[in-house]
Amino acid sequence: MSQTANNSFIGKAAVLEGLADHPALKAILEWNAQALTDATFDRNELTLTVAADQIRAAAQTVQAAGYNFFEDMTAVDWFPSSPRFQLSYHILSHTYKERIRLRALVHEASASVESITPVWPAANYYEREVFDLFGIRFEGHPNLRRIMMPDDWVGHPLRKDYPVEGYR
Amino acid sequence: MTDTIGTPILEAPRAEGAKDQHMVLNMGPQHPSTHGVLRLVLEIDGEIIVRLYPEIGYLHTGIEKTCEAKFYQQVVPLTDRVDYLGPMANNLCYCLAVEKLLQLEIPEKGQWIRVLLTELTRLNSHLIWLGTHAMDIGALTVFLYTFREREEILRIFEMVSGQRMMTSYFRIGGLAMEPPLDMFARIQAFINTFPEKIDEYSNLLTGNPIFVNRLKGVGYLSKEDAIALGVTGPVMRASGIDFDLRRDMPYSSYEKFHFKVPTSTDGDVWARYLLRFEEMRESTKIIQQALDGMPEGPIKADAPKIVLPDREKMKTQMESLIHHFKIVTEGFAVPAGEVYQGIESGHGQMGYYVVSDGTAKPYRVHMRYPSFATLQALETMCRGRMLADVVAVVGSIDIVLGEIDR
Repeated sequence: MSQTANNSFIGKAAVLEGLADHPALKAILEWNAQALTDATFDRNELTLTVAADQIRAAAQTVQAAGYNFFEDMTAVDWFPSSPRFQLSYHILSHTYKERIRLRALVHEASASVESITPVWPAANYYEREVFDLFGIRFEGHPNLRRIMMPDDWVGHPLRKDYPVEGYR
Repeated sequence: MTDTIGTPILEAPRAEGAKDQHMVLNMGPQHPSTHGVLRLVLEIDGEIIVRLYPEIGYLHTGIEKTCEAKFYQQVVPLTDRVDYLGPMANNLCYCLAVEKLLQLEIPEKGQWIRVLLTELTRLNSHLIWLGTHAMDIGALTVFLYTFREREEILRIFEMVSGQRMMTSYFRIGGLAMEPPLDMFARIQAFINTFPEKIDEYSNLLTGNPIFVNRLKGVGYLSKEDAIALGVTGPVMRASGIDFDLRRDMPYSSYEKFHFKVPTSTDGDVWARYLLRFEEMRESTKIIQQALDGMPEGPIKADAPKIVLPDREKMKTQMESLIHHFKIVTEGFAVPAGEVYQGIESGHGQMGYYVVSDGTAKPYRVHMRYPSFATLQALETMCRGRMLADVVAVVGSIDIVLGEIDR
């Protein structure tokens, strides 16, 4: 994507116009244009926001489009705004030598999304980490248990409302 | 979904047929060959591994949470402590991520010194790997040899930054200070003799039949499994995937250096062993190129509101003193946004995901460390093999528990 190296496209319309032939974007649009709720191209990074209930299908779509390597996955807590949680998946393509970010916004009340472990087994530990530290559940995960904290720990430390001082 | 809290990690072996003879064995967390505090729960049938479950978190310090309470520049010393064998690589990855957020360009000399020292860090990391890996297999001597060279690297780090291990030398916007004048000569002297030292290690191990038999054909990982399980770095390249972020998605001027990316298709512990030797030789070449072509110029970006002024200027110029005071007491605001920066560390692809909300403290810092993902492949590599092979495989994936647990 060298021709767009120094440009920023903020907003879905600008990205759809500016990066019309981007392989991941094209694949997502062909699969389900409704599921793509937002798209941003900022600081040379493409972020595609998809509906939270479609994340596994979206992962399958970009995997088929050549983004073959699951690199990273984590969450951001935007407490107290709503939807509270943002899930960020970083997917790398060995062919295009490029990375995209899939983003899904999750409400606190139903903090649960489909696991992408069936698509990339590598997501196993990452989803466990997010479950442990943010308290977001992943449907269809083979072994969703705490990974960093002890099994009987109360609370999810990376949430913004988790107390950082005082006695527990 | 059932609640997993309180259930045993591996349920007791069920009494159906041959499974009667299965036994659950704990390896670690204080086992000498687990490189820290890794606990492996093994289900074994005689000496054959049936299931393997890594239990981690013993070193969890909540570094990602701590970062949220610090100014951007105060996070740099925290990053040293994550992968404690590759401090400069951690610094580099974090600084590049924040510089991407700030859209700050670093002068060429600063970038080249970063490359130079990051490659020395890779040598440091690989030397520890070689020493401990050989020691796990039973070849104790090599450890002493590799630590002899590592000591010289640490002395160079001390000379550059004042610290042997926790260097914090790369800062947002450049480097902490000008490197001492004789640093380049000292690195040159080290590099002149280092290829011979690599041969020396190789002579000790590569032809040794006991060592070879312990490694060859052990811990096989296929290309497909490597991709599926998120394995990166030397382990991935030993499984036949030709991908290296330094070459394929260059950062910090790596595109100006010429080096080969060694690969192998064997996918076993022996292939990883040979491949890391090649990587050390290639790193030596990169260091030589960096020394030969070192550009002139400043080492810090010209951004007085972000980069701390030189000590002398701070003491003599009012403007610099004000900037110094402001940066130290209030930090600097970083434009809102999110970035992910990946680099190739000694163990594989490291990445920092930094989210800014426009204030002087990062809203979220997530660290992607290679060992965390590579550990998932351990069961695939060990299943159906002998118990003693687990030690060889754990050594070959070169894990650092500090970066797994963070």
